[in-house]
Amino acid sequence: MLTKRIIPCLDIKDGRTVKGVNFVNLKDAGDPVELGALYSEQGADELVFLDITATHERRKTLAALAREIAAHLNIPFTIGGGISTVADTEILLESGADKVSINSAAVRNPQLIEDLAKRFGSQFVVVAIDAKMIGDNWVVHLNGGRVPTDKYLFDWAKESENRGAGEILFTSMNHDGTKMGFANEALAQISGLLNIPIIASGGAGSMEHFYDVFTKGKADAALAASIFHFKEIEISALKQYLKQRQVPIRI
Amino acid sequence: MVAVINYNAGNVRSVLFALERLGVNAKLTANHNEIVAADKVIFPGVGEASAAMTHLREHGLDEIIKRLSQPVLAICIGQQLLCDYSEEGNTTCLGIIPQRVKLFQPANGEKIPQIGWNNIYSVEGELFKSLPEDPYVYFVHSYYVEVGAYTTALTDYVHPFSAGLRKDNFYATQFHPEKSGKVGEQILRNFLAL
Repeated sequence: MLTKRIIPCLDIKDGRTVKGVNFVNLKDAGDPVELGALYSEQGADELVFLDITATHERRKTLAALAREIAAHLNIPFTIGGGISTVADTEILLESGADKVSINSAAVRNPQLIEDLAKRFGSQFVVVAIDAKMIGDNWVVHLNGGRVPTDKYLFDWAKESENRGAGEILFTSMNHDGTKMGFANEALAQISGLLNIPIIASGGAGSMEHFYDVFTKGKADAALAASIFHFKEIEISALKQYLKQRQVPIRI
Repeated sequence: MVAVINYNAGNVRSVLFALERLGVNAKLTANHNEIVAADKVIFPGVGEASAAMTHLREHGLDEIIKRLSQPVLAICIGQQLLCDYSEEGNTTCLGIIPQRVKLFQPANGEKIPQIGWNNIYSVEGELFKSLPEDPYVYFVHSYYVEVGAYTTALTDYVHPFSAGLRKDNFYATQFHPEKSGKVGEQILRNFLAL
């Protein structure tokens, strides 16, 4: 049986992992490759590396990082952060990345999703969506959640699928950093609308939140960062817990 | 020497790295002589069937692969290309294994592609020796090989499909051993020991 995936996310700045609460107040949490290997050992199903460095050298740095990770890890990983062209993507694929996640660049240029899917296959393209509930609407935001757009979550997720996205990574800005649980209602709605896997992000604070996101939220995978980095939840214990509660999980 | 066939397919680097971790310095090559002379050949990849077949034909690699007599491991799209025919792009494949490749038709809201860890069962043959019972391996695919005479491992998604195939010296997996943690490493080790 296909299992639900637990995905630690490692935010990378200048080669080090960081994670902020609500995307600010960054804290240093270690070396990405070492941390990735540790998570893999503990049972992480995949890893996401999100580069938040903003320099001209980023493409080269990111490719070097992808290479380092691919050389040392035997589980799949996604790289994201500032990827905006087919050329950016090609170098990451050649370096050993299994997937790329695109976010702001896809909103600005939706054709990018098609270009990447056609060139590398849908399985390589994760469209990451940051959205915030404003009034009754989930509004898609750019630049790590700072800039609102005229796009709405459900429409944009569906459009991304139609254009060739292989997976959707949805981060709820309202839930991110709160540790109060995932945006299960919105997640279940996206999952019902789309026929590609949905990765839930934002709000994980307890093991029960993961149970809820897989059952109520109907997510295919759940992503979290600080609770893993700061060892509030250990992945092996989390997976045992989920298995006991009859969630299909790889142990 | 282990040759990894270079035919512009994705995820080749991961296969090379996985072999490197096992202490094997494999060669990525499209050179006919090097492929024929290799002790073992890996036919990896992520990609689209018709584009992959076109590339193989244009470079004469289709005929080379068919004639190989050493152990060959075909991974993911590689497994599909060994078959007769794929629904993906209505493609005539290499025809080494007389089975067919079809697109998953979700029956109970299953997502397509299948992405993630699923278990293999009813495994047969040396490729799958020394593994835990019904182990989990990593899949990424929308098309699958039907269950048939050459099926060596099963996985359930929508319905049972061929997670592994074998005919003579040709071994294949639908999943990615290079991305399947310790289980995948053991499968690669088993292949290298053939």
